[in-house]
Amino acid sequence: KETEFMIRSECSLRHSASLANKVFIQRDYTDGTVCKFQTKFPSELESRIERTLFEDTVKTLNNYYAEAEKIGGQSYLEGCLACLTIYLIFLCIETRYEKVLKKISRYIQEQNEKVYAPRGLLITDPIERGMRVIEISVYEDRGSSGSSSGSSTTSSSGR
Amino acid sequence: MKNCEYQQIDPRALRTSTTRTSTNKNVRVRRKWEVFPGNNRFYCDGRIMLARQCGVLPLTIGLIFITSGLFFIFDCPFLVHNLTFFIPVIGGVLFVFVVITLFQTSFIDPGILPRALPDEAADIEKQIDNSGSSTYRPPPRTKEILINDQVVKLKYCFTCKMFRPPRTSHCSLCDNCVERFDHHCPWVGNCVGKRNYRFFYAFIVSLSFLTSFIFGCVITHLTLRSQSMNGIIQAIKESPASVVELVICFFSIWSILGLSGFHTYLVASNLTTNEDIKGSWSSKRGEESGNPYTYNNIFTNCCVVLCGPMPPSLLDRRGFLLPDDAPQIVTSDTELPHFVAKNDTNMCTQGTKELLESMAHSTVIQSTCAPDTPKTTPVPQESLLRTVSITVSPSSKSPSTGCSVCQARCPIDAPCSQRGNKQAALHTHKPMLRVSSPPYSLGHSPIILSDTPDMGFIPLN
Repeated sequence: KETEFMIRSECSLRHSASLANKVFIQRDYTDGTVCKFQTKFPSELESRIERTLFEDTVKTLNNYYAEAEKIGGQSYLEGCLACLTIYLIFLCIETRYEKVLKKISRYIQEQNEKVYAPRGLLITDPIERGMRVIEISVYEDRGSSGSSSGSSTTSSSGR
Repeated sequence: MKNCEYQQIDPRALRTSTTRTSTNKNVRVRRKWEVFPGNNRFYCDGRIMLARQCGVLPLTIGLIFITSGLFFIFDCPFLVHNLTFFIPVIGGVLFVFVVITLFQTSFIDPGILPRALPDEAADIEKQIDNSGSSTYRPPPRTKEILINDQVVKLKYCFTCKMFRPPRTSHCSLCDNCVERFDHHCPWVGNCVGKRNYRFFYAFIVSLSFLTSFIFGCVITHLTLRSQSMNGIIQAIKESPASVVELVICFFSIWSILGLSGFHTYLVASNLTTNEDIKGSWSSKRGEESGNPYTYNNIFTNCCVVLCGPMPPSLLDRRGFLLPDDAPQIVTSDTELPHFVAKNDTNMCTQGTKELLESMAHSTVIQSTCAPDTPKTTPVPQESLLRTVSITVSPSSKSPSTGCSVCQARCPIDAPCSQRGNKQAALHTHKPMLRVSSPPYSLGHSPIILSDTPDMGFIPLN
């Protein structure tokens, strides 16, 4: 499960690194209430990861969420079927949204393994944070003084 | 103001607390619903949830069961014998429909947004903190965004420590922020929000059918019986239960049918009860106002609201609490330095009033929003703008429309300043600002004033 992977990743990172900072990518509501995250590159990550990689991750996540919330033929079919069965069908089958959420968690796991963990970063699945934020944990090597937490107070004013 | 102590969250203090190890190794691992901070009750190990004040849900259930029971026992035999056996079949189907949709409305998560964890709240605090002073409570915060060319204000929820998404509202009875909040229904004992609105609508529609059906059948029954008995009084004596059903149905029909009609209108225009009552998108406030969420097509609106994708619950009630997670949840019991969050609206209105007083009577806009002694003469628009370090182009038609002066040329992250009087409210819903996200900034920008009590301020340096 996602949580177990997060714990294992965190533990493995913690053996050689300590949590220095957390960066939060907030929601972007300009398209309404659909789930979409801001693609603006946070300044705290400038030294840690390339801008394009980060933007790709966020854009892919946004596309996944758009697919989950897409209103079209399949969602209407699901809705009508649910209405006819007095919504009891939700007890039996997995909704399309839930299927896409599983895809998202697999994608995040893969991104963490391939892209973020080698750079000392860890992405938390937004569903674990109530879809409010994408939380990116920034780890520092224990060897360094771990003073990067001070940079967040000044850099956040630039947002 | 005095009832709220505002302190900055210090994330470093939070991190040190996570190093506390639990000394009692024999503590049973708890599920997340057991530490849920809202006002909810959980049953069946977190599978079922209700509001703590379940209102008149027992009465609703009782009325439905009693009326239907009396109908099946006393009226159906006569009607089956004299008319058709389809009557109890239809009645049974409707009854099952009503009960199931009622339970689905009452027992599921209406779309509650879990509260922000302390790290997140601290991050937001850092972004919008003006002076960093921990002694003065900052005024309430809002964020303006543009949705479909419509300015929408996002308010900061002091209890949940986050900016509420659009259409989200904080229910004071349940103490939760609920997405697409419609209303808190005492009859079903739960909030009606994004996840259970379709069940609620199905419930009231099927209940109107059921009450009308029972009412019609009972009238038919009494009529037929009185014809054969040569008298209505005799018929009533033979079947007294029918009168009970008649009375209950008669009084329910008006309210249930009215409610169904009202909610059909809301569904067709993609509105919530909350927005309709507050008049958020009513045309009284300005011609450009309109619901930004509607698809401008009744059929599409209905399909989206009732048959749209079903989002999953964000609460993870049955997940296990990890030992590290326990101190992270922002509850009133935690010993971490955090806000003493009181009633949001009281804080908002108090802060609004105080700031209005200080703004209306002072000639200098201060970033720390220190309240000044009130003077009698209000500040003219022009002098307010002069003290503000944004560039505006004078395109206003009249000084009383306040912010129209700066609407054309405001820098994207500097919301307009307005006069603190009633005329300022006229233009607040005009889509005048194209703001990028996040639209508030810590640069040199004025403080926004708004006269209506449910609009807040953006304290900006």
